[in-house]
Amino acid sequence: MSCYDTFIDYGLRSIGIGERLLPRGDFTLCQQVVLIGSGMIWNIYFGALSLVSGFFLATALALAKTAQTPWVRKPAEAFIFVFRGSPLFIQFFFAYFLFLSLKQSYPFFTPLTSATWGALLVLFFNTAAYSAEIFHGALLSVPKGDIEAASAYGFSPRLRFRRIIWPTMLRLAWPAYTNEAIFLFHATTLVFFSGFPATAQKGDALYYANYFADKTFNPFIPYPILAGYFILLTLAVIGLFGAVNRHLNRHLPTAPQRRRTGMVPGFLR
Amino acid sequence: MFASCTDPAALGDLHWLVCYLTTAKHLSFYASFGTVLLLLAVTAPAALALGFAGAVAARSRVLLLSWLGKGYIALVRGVPDIAFFLFFVIALDQGVEYLRHVWLCPDWSEPIRQGSDFRVCPPAKAPLGNAPQWVHEVYGFALAVFTFALVFGAFAANVLFGAMRAVPRAQMETAEAYGMTPRQSFRRILVPQMWVYALPGLSNLWMVLIKATPLLFLLGVEDIVYWARELGGTKTPQFTDYPHGDWRMWYFLFLLVFYLAFTRLSEIVLDRVMARLTKGQATLGGDAQRKAAA
Repeated sequence: MSCYDTFIDYGLRSIGIGERLLPRGDFTLCQQVVLIGSGMIWNIYFGALSLVSGFFLATALALAKTAQTPWVRKPAEAFIFVFRGSPLFIQFFFAYFLFLSLKQSYPFFTPLTSATWGALLVLFFNTAAYSAEIFHGALLSVPKGDIEAASAYGFSPRLRFRRIIWPTMLRLAWPAYTNEAIFLFHATTLVFFSGFPATAQKGDALYYANYFADKTFNPFIPYPILAGYFILLTLAVIGLFGAVNRHLNRHLPTAPQRRRTGMVPGFLR
Repeated sequence: MFASCTDPAALGDLHWLVCYLTTAKHLSFYASFGTVLLLLAVTAPAALALGFAGAVAARSRVLLLSWLGKGYIALVRGVPDIAFFLFFVIALDQGVEYLRHVWLCPDWSEPIRQGSDFRVCPPAKAPLGNAPQWVHEVYGFALAVFTFALVFGAFAANVLFGAMRAVPRAQMETAEAYGMTPRQSFRRILVPQMWVYALPGLSNLWMVLIKATPLLFLLGVEDIVYWARELGGTKTPQFTDYPHGDWRMWYFLFLLVFYLAFTRLSEIVLDRVMARLTKGQATLGGDAQRKAAA
């Protein structure tokens, strides 16, 4: 069987399209590369969706944490503390079993017992909490003069937030937020090892890497393949976030000689 | 455990719960919290030592050594830690067995990798096939500790590398002017001064390490996650004196609370350590302390 056939059979196996049975014996390198790559679809799905949705909740939480009224501030603080203070692995387990028992009484929760929605929800809350802490820190370091200047120009509070505070907050938070995005993508590998079942062997990249390592008893092929995929994914995230960072900072004068080090994100340093 | 627990079915609710929570299996569950603390106690200094070695290597003037250090930091940080855990446990196990095989059975002719099998000669097995159960457990735990130290060593190396660069250059120049050798100035000036810069990163790392401990479960160690799944599952009267429904949710809620309390406690302790270290330092924190006292 050629590698092209393998690609057709297993390229979308992780979302249930293609060959039903996983390869059983005589594992070829091509099979491992294709199947593990197919699993990356899940990692990107979890990472991208929770990151985008978590961004908005994080902004709201960061604002709530700066609020004067304890009715708004305390719940936000508690939320951030719970999700940042406990391991994601335990959160996955707890959420899965929680949804499982809720399902008994309310059929409404049935979709949440699958990794597709349940794990996504946990990741959404988790990344929102971590990003909120980053944004909150950035919000506190927005230069006071900027806000005063906006008020002096007669900006309404809403406009002041949208035009001045929010963009500055993003600009300050962006390097740390890039790190959070990278770690979030790494964390997506936990999903299928934490209670959430991989129905019909539709799993993520690590699930398939682990499958091959178990079957061949040779970890030296599947895990380096997985590592390669993740390094590529990490570089893509860095590239994407770097582009956003340049966009956010486009009004600032660039110091030519500092620029090279400035573009290498903290993660690689 | 208690004599009054002989017939659980006849007990009242509260008494039943007391008896239930003190069964032999629950005592193993409580003991596994000790496993987690032991892992932290062993891993933290080991990771710090590895991190120090990695940072020194990355700073080295020898190009090969510097690449080695930087490669170690970049590789481990670029790949999900859980993949490393799953990889290293098998890889280390096979590596140890292979070395013992070469050492103990020099005239073994069969290949080690036969299709999907990894076969070494029987005396090279690690631990030996006839070893008692506790040897297997200790061996598994040691592999886990080594893996944790290797992964978190890279993170620590990154923090220490940054901290070494944060020590003001003038300090090192002064040391040179006094005629100290690079080795002397490193030991007497750089290392004592770098800790205050390293502490925020290291305390952050400690939090991450605490939160990584449940991954022990994936390394085949009978830790708190293992017992929570084991004890919480539905129990029918045929197999136990304490039948109950699916209580895993409550067990994991308990673990969640345990970790929250643990990280909170660490936060408080680390804040105190930081306050002590910044005392009298020429940093923003030290300045704020002086002003608050005045």
